[in-house]
Amino acid sequence: MKKIKEKPVTNVLEKSPTGIQGLDEITGGGLPKGRPTLVCGNAGCGKTLLAMEFLVRGATQYNEPGVFMAFEETEKELTTNVESLGFDLDMLISQNKLKIDHVFVERSEIEVTGEYDLEGLFIRLNYAIDSIGAKRVVLDTVESLFSGLPNHMILRAELRRLFRWLKDKGVTAIITGERGDETLTRQGLEEYVSDCVILLDHRVSEQTSTRRLRIVKYRGSSHGTNEYPFLIDDTGFSVLPITSVGLKHSVTSERISTGVPRLDTMLGGKGYYRGSSVLVSGTAGTGKSSLAAHFSDAACRRGEHVLYFALEESPAQIIRNMLSIGINLDQWVKKGLLRFHSNRPTFSGLESYLTVMHKEVNIFKPRVVIIDPISSFIIGINELEAKSMIMRLVDFLKMNQLTSFMTNLSSGGTALEHTRIDISSLIDTWLLLRDIEIGGERNRGIYILKSRGMKHSNQIREFLLTDQGVDLLDVYVGPEGVLTGSARLAQEAKEIAIQTMHHQEIQRKQLEIYRRKKAMEAQIAVLKAEFETAEAEALKIIAFEEQAAKQLAKDREDMAKTRKADASPEMVDSKKI
Amino acid sequence: MTTKKTEKKSITPPKGSKKKPENDKWILRLYVAGPTPKALAALKNLKKICDDKLQGKFEIEVIDLVKNPQLGHDDQILALPTLVRKLPSPVRKIIGDLSDTERVLVGLDIKQQHV
Repeated sequence: MKKIKEKPVTNVLEKSPTGIQGLDEITGGGLPKGRPTLVCGNAGCGKTLLAMEFLVRGATQYNEPGVFMAFEETEKELTTNVESLGFDLDMLISQNKLKIDHVFVERSEIEVTGEYDLEGLFIRLNYAIDSIGAKRVVLDTVESLFSGLPNHMILRAELRRLFRWLKDKGVTAIITGERGDETLTRQGLEEYVSDCVILLDHRVSEQTSTRRLRIVKYRGSSHGTNEYPFLIDDTGFSVLPITSVGLKHSVTSERISTGVPRLDTMLGGKGYYRGSSVLVSGTAGTGKSSLAAHFSDAACRRGEHVLYFALEESPAQIIRNMLSIGINLDQWVKKGLLRFHSNRPTFSGLESYLTVMHKEVNIFKPRVVIIDPISSFIIGINELEAKSMIMRLVDFLKMNQLTSFMTNLSSGGTALEHTRIDISSLIDTWLLLRDIEIGGERNRGIYILKSRGMKHSNQIREFLLTDQGVDLLDVYVGPEGVLTGSARLAQEAKEIAIQTMHHQEIQRKQLEIYRRKKAMEAQIAVLKAEFETAEAEALKIIAFEEQAAKQLAKDREDMAKTRKADASPEMVDSKKI
Repeated sequence: MTTKKTEKKSITPPKGSKKKPENDKWILRLYVAGPTPKALAALKNLKKICDDKLQGKFEIEVIDLVKNPQLGHDDQILALPTLVRKLPSPVRKIIGDLSDTERVLVGLDIKQQHV
């Protein structure tokens, strides 16, 4: 508020911060300053408390004294009621920071004769405001005047005048009103108080109740329009402006170990990204919590704070169970590095649980948050609600650069890649643990379904829970499928046998080839010998024939000589032949 | 009533009025906020009724809340003008300018005792 004052810009609607967690965020700074705000809702939805916290925060944090005009409860009752929230009204009253004026109207002792006005109320209020210099006023619940005083025409006119008067007085006021059947308030106060209207709601679905807040209107200012869950606990009111968070979180490329060396190797050798969301899903008994314990243990070893939301088991049970696989979580609890928050979400409803988580995170300031398991958020048929809740949770954790590790129990029969809460798109690293049932054994397998922004192994590893924690082994992957456990061992033996057999076969074949080659070569030698014989014979015949021809020619020549004939060219020719 | 702070009108009861066990005196307090027409009318009407019905056994105290705002708290005054019957007990309140005499008499519970 002071900041706004110091700024030269004056046209902007000034706001009066409520100091209530979350409410200032969705109203963009608080309630309209110097104007009345209507807070309406059903009985028991927290109107009085919201109003009271507005005054108490104003008095303690913003140095704005306040007047609480109570039409329903006495000063003493109010003091007692809010004491449980840590508000000490008596002290504030003695410091003149708060004034409670109980206005009591008893219908039975009042008779109306003729015209009247509410000047008495104005005077009292004015007196109360001036006596402590109040800047904030609460009228709770002014509508009860309607049951106390007849002639509603006058009453309406007077209330209209009252709200006008409050504006002129320049006080920031909250007027509470009971929710009507059709209208926001029973007496239609929203007609008169039109600057800002906040609606509170208290809904029960599936046996769990959720309180919600919605800003119906806010004149001259932008505001969140959704229904925001809110919670009333021992520190007062808190509203969750969760869906307002944008996707603006900064990221780091820092990597943190999963606590399982071989899993780190699978994830590009370094583990998860800091500030990412990790989901481990699997059926019952696949070792999800063990991975969570490993991760917690590794974070604590680095000296980081870990907040573990155990939705189904008690801390003692988790510690005992993890001790059986050699992880001592108890030491971290004792050192204050690990904190368990064990509670079923059914206890308070989803939205309240989310608020609780926010608070725990804000108080403990962990770097790693474990939620085991998120499937517990589904109560009945509220899957949609659960999804939106987890989405907001993941957003919130990412905004704060917290690494979230969630486990999800997949029910048998459904696809493993299907989280019951459809949140896979929110997840950065998704590990899948699965049962592999072969040969009368159930063994665990792990693989990485996805891991954004890093190289990761696409192989299935066998997941062993040993006395020293989780161990990952290569599994047998072959034509027979994926084999684990003793089936893997058997298969490996079988494979070796087959390999030996193959080896022998090859040797045999090689020998055969050699033999065939030898046989072939022998045949070639025989053929060659035969050929040579034939060739020699043929040459011999040719030579003989040539000899014979020569002899014939010579004989003819000799004959001609004897007959005394001249040598003719024909003869020469034939001689040559 | 002028703008005086608190104005007391006490009229001593004359002798020979009807017997009353103990509460002879009626203490009536009229809350107003300045001399508004409604306040003046209320005072006038009240005086008339008291003079008629209570012949002198009454005391009217006019409290101007503009002057003494802190006095409004004890009697839980909201509407103005308000007439508070302090005595005889129980406390009764009558809101308005007292123009409806019948209702004032009912409200003050005068009728039963005096008619």
